[in-house]
Amino acid sequence: MLMPRIIPCLLLSKGALVKTSRFSDPRYVGDPINAVKILNEKEVDELLILDIDATVEGREPNYNLIASLAKECRMPFCYGGGIKTADQMEQIISLGVEKVALGSAAVINPNLIAEGAFRVGSQSIVVVIDVKKDGLVNPYEIYTHNGRVNTGLDPIKFAKQASKLGAGEILVNSIDQDGIMSGYDYELAKCVSMAVDTPVTILGGAGSIADIENLIDVCGDVGAAAGSIFVFKGKFKAVLIQYLDVNEKALISARWILRNTLN
Amino acid sequence: MSVTLVNYGLGNIQAFVNIYQRLNINVHIARTADQLMLAKRIILPGVGSFDWAMNCLNKSGMRACLDHVVKVNKIPIIGVCVGMQIMAQSSEEGHASGLGWFNARVKRLPVIATDRCLRLPHMGWNDVNALNKGLFVNIDNPRYYFLHSYYFAPDNSNCVLATADYHGSFPVAVGNENIFGVQFHPEKSHRWGIQLLKNFAEI
Repeated sequence: MLMPRIIPCLLLSKGALVKTSRFSDPRYVGDPINAVKILNEKEVDELLILDIDATVEGREPNYNLIASLAKECRMPFCYGGGIKTADQMEQIISLGVEKVALGSAAVINPNLIAEGAFRVGSQSIVVVIDVKKDGLVNPYEIYTHNGRVNTGLDPIKFAKQASKLGAGEILVNSIDQDGIMSGYDYELAKCVSMAVDTPVTILGGAGSIADIENLIDVCGDVGAAAGSIFVFKGKFKAVLIQYLDVNEKALISARWILRNTLN
Repeated sequence: MSVTLVNYGLGNIQAFVNIYQRLNINVHIARTADQLMLAKRIILPGVGSFDWAMNCLNKSGMRACLDHVVKVNKIPIIGVCVGMQIMAQSSEEGHASGLGWFNARVKRLPVIATDRCLRLPHMGWNDVNALNKGLFVNIDNPRYYFLHSYYFAPDNSNCVLATADYHGSFPVAVGNENIFGVQFHPEKSHRWGIQLLKNFAEI
């Protein structure tokens, strides 16, 4: 049976790993290569690494760093940050990356999604949508440029469009919930999940394993991505790169199998 | 014992190299027909679409050599993901002709038409039902990472070594004499993939 995917999300800023809160106040959490080595040992489902500065700084992805990360990474690896052209996508995939995540560039020019799908295949194209609640026009609105520019666009409509254009995965990132560890935005998650028939991954807000379980209960087959719970430990948020242990993973799997066997 | 990866422009070559280096098994990369001629075991990796893969292979200068070493010299070979799919005759995904090493077509999922929500691509970790030990020897409860929307459909199920279930059961590993193929990504499937790649090197 296909299992829900549980995905650590690491944020890169100036070559180092950081963790943000509502897309602000980046806090240093360590060296990216070291983090990948640790996550390899934990047999992580897949890994998402996002460069949060590349688009804002208007620069190319750091190919050397991506190549080093890909060389180290023993699980499926998705890279995002600063990707604007199909040539860049092809180059990044050729470095040993399984998927590329398109953010701002895809929102500004959705045809990039189709170009990317044609060049590297839909299965390797993830469209990332950063979202804030209580917009002026829509209940939720898409932001680009690392949360700085409000496009006014409706994420559900855009997710449908991205899916039709060839996105292999839609990743919705809640800016409001980012880093506060109080749970995912389940309402948003459910809406997106029901709107498309591509795989959906939700990011932003996970504070515990229970939050991951809730997300799976609400959405069914889904990717549960998280940052804070995989880089911090304890009340005082000591830095510790970690993942679910074997028992926690087994419990989630058992619940999933039971749920699907009963239906 | 040595393994040769065919570098025809796609697939995660480095991931395979890393695994074999850690297993202390000699690993080479073939970029030319001359290099491929020396291979004792061959891995044909793949990511992306059928047509793109066949196009890359045809332009690589290694196509004829590959046919020869595999069909005539009977060198063991394993195709991975789209590398397995191109061993078929054709694919619903595109227009190119495949290698035709199996009487098979590549078809779009699902296997059985369904009105339940079927998300494509089939993405994530799924259990594999190994019908035959061979490639899967010493692997308990095999599970692997999948990332694909099309599946390998052989005319004759004799070549099927393993299946998986995603809204219907479909072949995920095939084998005929020296030619093998797996739909999933052993190079990104932790211990289950490492053992399978080790088994292939020892075939």
